[in-house]
Amino acid sequence: MADLAAYRAVLASRVRAQRSYKANFRIDLLSSLLIGIIELAEVWVLFHNVHSLGGFTFSQILLVFGLADVAFSFTDLAFGHCDNLPTYIRAGTLDVFYLRPQPLLLQLITSDISLRRLTRAMVGIACVVTALVVNDIAWSPSVVALLALSMVSGFAVFSALFVWAAGAQFFLINGAEMTNAFVYGGRYAATQPGAVWNRPLKVLFGFFFPMAFTGYLPALEILGLPGPEWLPSWLAWCTPLAAIWAWAMALLFWRIGVRHYQGGGG
Amino acid sequence: MRASLLPYWRLLVAGIRQQSTYRLAALGGLVANATFGFLKVAVLFATVEAAGGELGGYDVGTMSAYIWLSQGMLGSVNLFGRSDIADRIKDGSVTTDFLRPLDVQAAAIVQEVGKSLWALVPRGIPSVLIGAVVVGMSMPSSPWPYLLGLISLVLGITLGAAVVYLVATTGFWMVETRGVQVLYMVISGFLAGLFVPISLFPQWLHALATATPFPSMMMYPIDVLSGRVDGLASLGLVAAQVGWLGAVALIGQIVTRRGRHKLEVQGG
Repeated sequence: MADLAAYRAVLASRVRAQRSYKANFRIDLLSSLLIGIIELAEVWVLFHNVHSLGGFTFSQILLVFGLADVAFSFTDLAFGHCDNLPTYIRAGTLDVFYLRPQPLLLQLITSDISLRRLTRAMVGIACVVTALVVNDIAWSPSVVALLALSMVSGFAVFSALFVWAAGAQFFLINGAEMTNAFVYGGRYAATQPGAVWNRPLKVLFGFFFPMAFTGYLPALEILGLPGPEWLPSWLAWCTPLAAIWAWAMALLFWRIGVRHYQGGGG
Repeated sequence: MRASLLPYWRLLVAGIRQQSTYRLAALGGLVANATFGFLKVAVLFATVEAAGGELGGYDVGTMSAYIWLSQGMLGSVNLFGRSDIADRIKDGSVTTDFLRPLDVQAAAIVQEVGKSLWALVPRGIPSVLIGAVVVGMSMPSSPWPYLLGLISLVLGITLGAAVVYLVATTGFWMVETRGVQVLYMVISGFLAGLFVPISLFPQWLHALATATPFPSMMMYPIDVLSGRVDGLASLGLVAAQVGWLGAVALIGQIVTRRGRHKLEVQGG
């Protein structure tokens, strides 16, 4: 219990710190909102040109985009800071974390919580709500359960991806773009209708990095649409399995990475 | 005249050399380019097919050329907004730059351009080759588009560096410029045509995009290189690039002068 109080104090100080540069904080909130809007605009521009894409209309893809984007936004809020690990390793700051009697990963996650990313989640939430209202959905307890399940699992899948990437940074000094390909490429993939993917992409972003489980598969099941080859809609109920798989891989990489780390020499 | 240009040439070479040491980073960049490239192929090819094989002047072959040229340029055209000069303004070491007998703006841009030109070797060209070999793309058969395209490419890279220099100079007035940098990142990529060719935009958005310098950074070089726009029209695009570069360079000069005074007031 005393431990938790310490974390709470640390987090509260992070929150205050971010609000101290007022002008910058406001620009941050605005940029973050714009990121969400422009990512939606990228999808919208395509649907502005064609009626349907990968078996989805625009109002239907809003559900895929929204579910994936809400999960990613909240993950980014809590775990996005893991991206800074290469900087910590290079500067030797990470060694300080090793000295404290708290788990390294937990310290890394709580070392910053980026409030600016809250506005971005609003775009995703608005998309989910809009999609649920405008689409013809056969409401039932199982639809509600699936919505909740996919939100939680989506958060777990994306956060695992950030931890996986952080673990890999111990080997890839200066090569962070390698993992960005899968973290941010994964986010991009998650907002697409999986039916457009070829087989290698289905293997990579359907199952290895289970991005299809964060938005596409739940949306198929909720909207009552059939899935393409390899991605049947009943897989939506397996999102917790996808999350467990993602976290198993993430913790394995993290553990190997931490063991491999020799110190920053600072 | 030659002697006064020599330091800038050396800075350009230094930029190239600095970047060439990060081999793993370049490989990481290539992996990122290719991954995003294949995802874009999936969704944009599906869009072209859904439209009946032709969409806004693009068929599968020209869309492929757009995708892989844009992925190839991603490492060279600065759409992220970060620059070395931004860090130097923030930590105050820019004061040393002002003491040198060089134009601070020109020196900063030339060095960034050097880094960007190098990125074409491990990231740019391989990205385009991956696309050409694995996916296939239609490219022009006459030498003219390549020649003008190369000029357009260098202009686009330079314009990107020049606008990012403007982003960095906001640091003379603001303590923390990360917000401005992120704002630049969000807007520049979209309007430069990084995710979707701007000719697929609805008319009002297309007009908005062409009123900014961003299409000159990426979309126009792609249009010229891929031969999608040719003849007199392609010369028009290059002229637009030159115009934007001149305007942005001029604004940079003014801002640098004002910022220098601001910096002196703060005491450095």
